[in-house]
Amino acid sequence: MANKRIDQPTGTETVGHEWDGIEELNTPLPRWWLWTFYLTIIFAIGYVIAYPAWPMIDRATSGMLGWSSRGALAQEMTAADRAQQSFREQLAAIDVVKLRDNPELMQRAVAGGAAAFKVNCSQCHGSGAAGSQTLGYPNLNDDDWLWGGDLAAIHYSIDRGIRQPDDNEKRQSVMPAFDGAFDSAQLDAVTQHVLSLSGNADPSAAGAQIYADNCAACHGPAGQGDRVQGAPRLNDQIWLRGGTAADIKRQILNPKMGAMPAWGERLDPVTVKMLTAYVYSLGGGEEAQAEISDSAETQPEAEAGNDGQP
Amino acid sequence: MQAETALGRTMLWFVLFLVSIVVVATAADGGFAAHAVIVALVCFVLMWMSASRYDPAGKLNSFFKMPDTPSKYDDDPIRWGVLATMFWGIAGLAAGLFIALQLAFPQLNFEPYFNFGRVRPLHTSAVIFAFGGNALIATSFYVVQRTCRAQLAFPGLARFVFWGYQLFIVLAATGYLLGVTQSREYAEPEWYVDLWLTIVWVAYFIVFVGTIVRRREPHIYVANWFYLAFIVTVAMLHIVNNLAMPVSLLGAKSYSAFAGVQDALTQWWYGHNAVGFFLTAGFLAMMYYFVPKQAERPVYSYRLSIIHFWSLIFLYIWAGPHHLHYTALPDWAQTLGMVFSIMLWMPSWGGMINGLMTLNGAWDKIRTDPIIRMMVMALAFYGMSTFEGPMLSIKSVNSLSHYTDWTIGHVHSGALGWNGMITFACVYFLVPRLWGRERMYSLRMINWHFWLATLGIVFYAATMWVAGIQQGLMWREYGPDGYLVWSFADSVAAMFPMYVLRAFGGLLYLSGAFVMTYNIWMTLAGKLRDEAPMRDAAYDAEKDRPIVDTPTSAVPAE
Repeated sequence: MANKRIDQPTGTETVGHEWDGIEELNTPLPRWWLWTFYLTIIFAIGYVIAYPAWPMIDRATSGMLGWSSRGALAQEMTAADRAQQSFREQLAAIDVVKLRDNPELMQRAVAGGAAAFKVNCSQCHGSGAAGSQTLGYPNLNDDDWLWGGDLAAIHYSIDRGIRQPDDNEKRQSVMPAFDGAFDSAQLDAVTQHVLSLSGNADPSAAGAQIYADNCAACHGPAGQGDRVQGAPRLNDQIWLRGGTAADIKRQILNPKMGAMPAWGERLDPVTVKMLTAYVYSLGGGEEAQAEISDSAETQPEAEAGNDGQP
Repeated sequence: MQAETALGRTMLWFVLFLVSIVVVATAADGGFAAHAVIVALVCFVLMWMSASRYDPAGKLNSFFKMPDTPSKYDDDPIRWGVLATMFWGIAGLAAGLFIALQLAFPQLNFEPYFNFGRVRPLHTSAVIFAFGGNALIATSFYVVQRTCRAQLAFPGLARFVFWGYQLFIVLAATGYLLGVTQSREYAEPEWYVDLWLTIVWVAYFIVFVGTIVRRREPHIYVANWFYLAFIVTVAMLHIVNNLAMPVSLLGAKSYSAFAGVQDALTQWWYGHNAVGFFLTAGFLAMMYYFVPKQAERPVYSYRLSIIHFWSLIFLYIWAGPHHLHYTALPDWAQTLGMVFSIMLWMPSWGGMINGLMTLNGAWDKIRTDPIIRMMVMALAFYGMSTFEGPMLSIKSVNSLSHYTDWTIGHVHSGALGWNGMITFACVYFLVPRLWGRERMYSLRMINWHFWLATLGIVFYAATMWVAGIQQGLMWREYGPDGYLVWSFADSVAAMFPMYVLRAFGGLLYLSGAFVMTYNIWMTLAGKLRDEAPMRDAAYDAEKDRPIVDTPTSAVPAE
């Protein structure tokens, strides 16, 4: 019944069926199409012989090449570890405070620390380590340190964390909430005094008195802060949680205090040292405490000298 | 008699309405209650319409436009389907533009209903299942009648398929925004919506197969093989992937029957074959009817259509594991996913060759016929993305491309280029025929649409290629000391210009769809734009009829 005919433009015979005016030509399969199809099948056969492929009763065929994704990963990781082995051994052996004496080791530690920082620290401190005033994560690029900015102090902060349980009771401290302690005039006055410490407001006698009674014990009479307690310095232009009067009032009434995990519990000691070197290198790294001119005269700094290696 | 059935139906809808109200009152969570409200509304409307059947005019029949004569094709569900395709198309594309802007400007995440996590499945489901699904249902009903020369079997069931499918879409879409999701990609609706879709889909299968059984042609046309493969396989994929245990019969939450890597593999077996059988086989069926009709040329090769149909069907179903390269999926399954994907290359291209080479002897129509131009561009993008797919499935390529925006670019060159363009072309073909117009309001505006859409895809795909490769390279870049150079956030920040350009591409594509909507609107209004003529395929309404046995029929069978 087929109604075959030769299609004029192509010179090809039709199959002879017709649906709603549609006919079909009986063109043979294009050779290049067929041969490429065969080639992909041959490739597939070769590939399943070479690599793990067919599931059997208790395991799959493992392939002639003996390749496995776990094996490949282990191989690459071993190679990477081996390339770093001598460097890591050197870094493990050196006391973190002596790192600056070995510029080549320091440089590699900074590079490793930068990578570890991206994975572990950037979530809070930001990928550029600039922190966040809104969320209260310290900026690590400046030279304003809450707990000390020399290698030993930075190492201790990273290793043991901030406000984590610690046998030595270091990196602890809590600022009390003053909500209800002041009436609004007193709150205004003490806020004005805090702002005046950094030259951002006129002095306030009433505020100064309240400050001396309530705040100076930790933040210091001149607002110079106290690194032993992590009390922020108030007489500079760097603010942890914002420097407007509203920000300061909020922090006086219901203070928020930062916390950081003890990375020594999560990372290996060499990585903690590398992170120390990286944070130190960001721009605010300090010499050992005794040489710090600006805060050397305050008593807590002298005690902070004990902050060396535990 | 009529009054009795009307009363019976009214009572039935009333009972279902009451059940829905009870469910609203006792639902365990807000999302389930909201969906029960929608179901109650539908029951109420149907109850009201059944009740009004006492009216001698028979409103229910006139609303559902049951076919009144066997000598005409049953085209009303197709008309609704074409309108639904356009409606959901605009909605889905607009949602896509919105989430593209969200990625560039995160401030646009409005919690909780319009955050990225909820609008993204709205976008994917709207374009794949609402836009694509309606296009497939409408064209399949059109094509199966014409190529079988028979009226649609079970007209009542066909109407149920259309309206039931719209209810599925509404339940799915509102569910996403309300947070009702089972978190399975491209299968987010919860268990009860899945059950409803299963019922609708079985009805669809019955209507389609019933029409083929009634055919007046000796052979089944190739387009119908593809439609049938699409309907049968999607049913199988949908049921297996959605096997789940509800926490409560009065709550939306359910738990999958699978766990761990088995669940991941089930999801990607489904996800990949949703691409293979929904977006490839189904749309190839459209291509096989509408390209030869518009080109007015015979299909290039009957032999190629047989070989590429069976090889495509056989190979596609195994390729899903390539979505899980370098994961907990066993190596052997990854290998098989990859080699089946590579063998799939030529079977996929068989469809492109058969489509493009059908223009043999009519290549000039690319210049003169804007609908042909659109079809050719669709086939070109089909060919490109079915080459890109096997390439991305190669493990060493995948190790760079996986999890990057390259995948997004690949999907969109397929979805916008192939599925979108072929659907637009088919709708342009259908509208004048379905509504009895001489031609579209403007053929020139089809050309504008073509260029807006093409430029939009170029912006979209090119930026996503660059973005994806850049991401892949940044994620794997190590410094000389063996440490990662970039943090993930660095790669996010680097994407900003790409994301803005991508959104611009999406805007162009959406603008094209608006031009199309205007064109269709004016066509339905019966207007013809005064313009320089372009070529269009001929149409003889007198011949566009089913073959009927009764000798009294006005038109003799050919």
